[in-house]
Amino acid sequence: MENPQQSPVKVDPGFSNLVQTSASLNVNACFQCRKCTNGCPVTFVMDIYPDQVIRLVLLGQKERVLECSTIWVCSACETCTTRCPNEVDIAGTMDALKAIAVQEGIKIPQPKTYAFHKAFLDDVRKRGRMFEGRLMQSYLVNSGELFRKLADGSIKEEISLGWNMLKRGRLPLFSKGIKAKKEIKKILE
Amino acid sequence: MKVSYYPGCSLESSARDYQESIEGVCNRLGIVLAELEDWNCCGATAGHSLNHRASIELPGRNLVLAEKAGMDLVAPCPLCFNRLKSAEKALLSQETGTYRYTLRGKTKIWDLADFMAQEGILERIGSKVSNPLAGIKPVCYYGCMSSRPPRITDAENCENPMSMDKILMRLGAEPIDWAHKTDCCGASHVVDRPDMVFKMVGKLYHRALEVEANCIVVSCQMCQANLDIYQDKIGEQMGKAVYLPIIYFTELVGLAMKERQVETWLSRHFVDPLKFLGDRGLLA
Repeated sequence: MENPQQSPVKVDPGFSNLVQTSASLNVNACFQCRKCTNGCPVTFVMDIYPDQVIRLVLLGQKERVLECSTIWVCSACETCTTRCPNEVDIAGTMDALKAIAVQEGIKIPQPKTYAFHKAFLDDVRKRGRMFEGRLMQSYLVNSGELFRKLADGSIKEEISLGWNMLKRGRLPLFSKGIKAKKEIKKILE
Repeated sequence: MKVSYYPGCSLESSARDYQESIEGVCNRLGIVLAELEDWNCCGATAGHSLNHRASIELPGRNLVLAEKAGMDLVAPCPLCFNRLKSAEKALLSQETGTYRYTLRGKTKIWDLADFMAQEGILERIGSKVSNPLAGIKPVCYYGCMSSRPPRITDAENCENPMSMDKILMRLGAEPIDWAHKTDCCGASHVVDRPDMVFKMVGKLYHRALEVEANCIVVSCQMCQANLDIYQDKIGEQMGKAVYLPIIYFTELVGLAMKERQVETWLSRHFVDPLKFLGDRGLLA
């Protein structure tokens, strides 16, 4: 059996600088107090903790951070960024890492989360505003959830939710696009 | 009093109850909401997750529109508010040419609950209360985005916001202090990781019941949806029957002022607030 302690770790010494330049994230100021992790409401679904993500960025362990679930299950509640004594923008770092992971074609461990974000931006690109009815349809198709839900019968729940929203007047059938669609398209190129 | 208004995408559909109650209440209070002409989506979580530039420029365009309109800008959706504030900070501190928009920094951006909790407006609300909300013992649940991080939101007290508590006290309700005002509900993960959100919302119910709240009052439509729509299911997972109506603060302002449309707004919820309010003799 492979001993993980002996398996080679690929190190990219310039990685923290790459992450740093995406926005003013200040990752180099981390002194590992773990306040971010202690206040994080979603550690229960994380594979590595927020302080570890920052540490691995500093150590240049690019693959481990780009392949982890943590950056995708982060709910962007900003508790970590708010409480960090050194003003490291931890939540912002999670975003920068997601963007790099997508750019580099990394296999994303939370494909449904990515599918949702992507469907959302595609929708905004088309109309300039997000239209919930359409967004849910394209998410279900693009994430493969439609097939799964058809196969196991849980599509009934989606239909019932849609019906209940419609009944309450909370699901308009037509969207309002905006006039400046071209400008929005350019922003989202 | 006239302000620019940025409703955001959800208020055009799933948060129609929020939108209608804001319109109704502002109308009664003499606040004119001038919707920004041809506003666009702020990009929300998807924007800042995948495309940093767009996460500044999408709300940035709206800020340019607001600067042209020349009035304060009010946003009811806390995530929209947060993205507008993020864009404001980024655009004002950018090196020339980083982003496609520039700002002069003349527009004050308001979270709706903070806007309504200004002393002048509180007084106006107080003077119109004809149906004091006795027996309403809510916890106010603010969620994340109107508070954090304070260097973006300029929140006075990001761990203990008071805007909704102050408004509800004027209405004669008895808001209960609790330590979970700004805890996260999991937000849009309800779509791709409902398991996560159910657990987080379950914790909130548990904490609200622990302090003997009889409803939860919110200012965020994402929080409202997550706490309202799946309550039966989450209660089942917790192994207890939960009945906690999830009410927008603006709906309660309307109720206390005997606004005629209140029951229409409230009838759009999943957890029926009408029974709860009727039992306390608060419906006409």
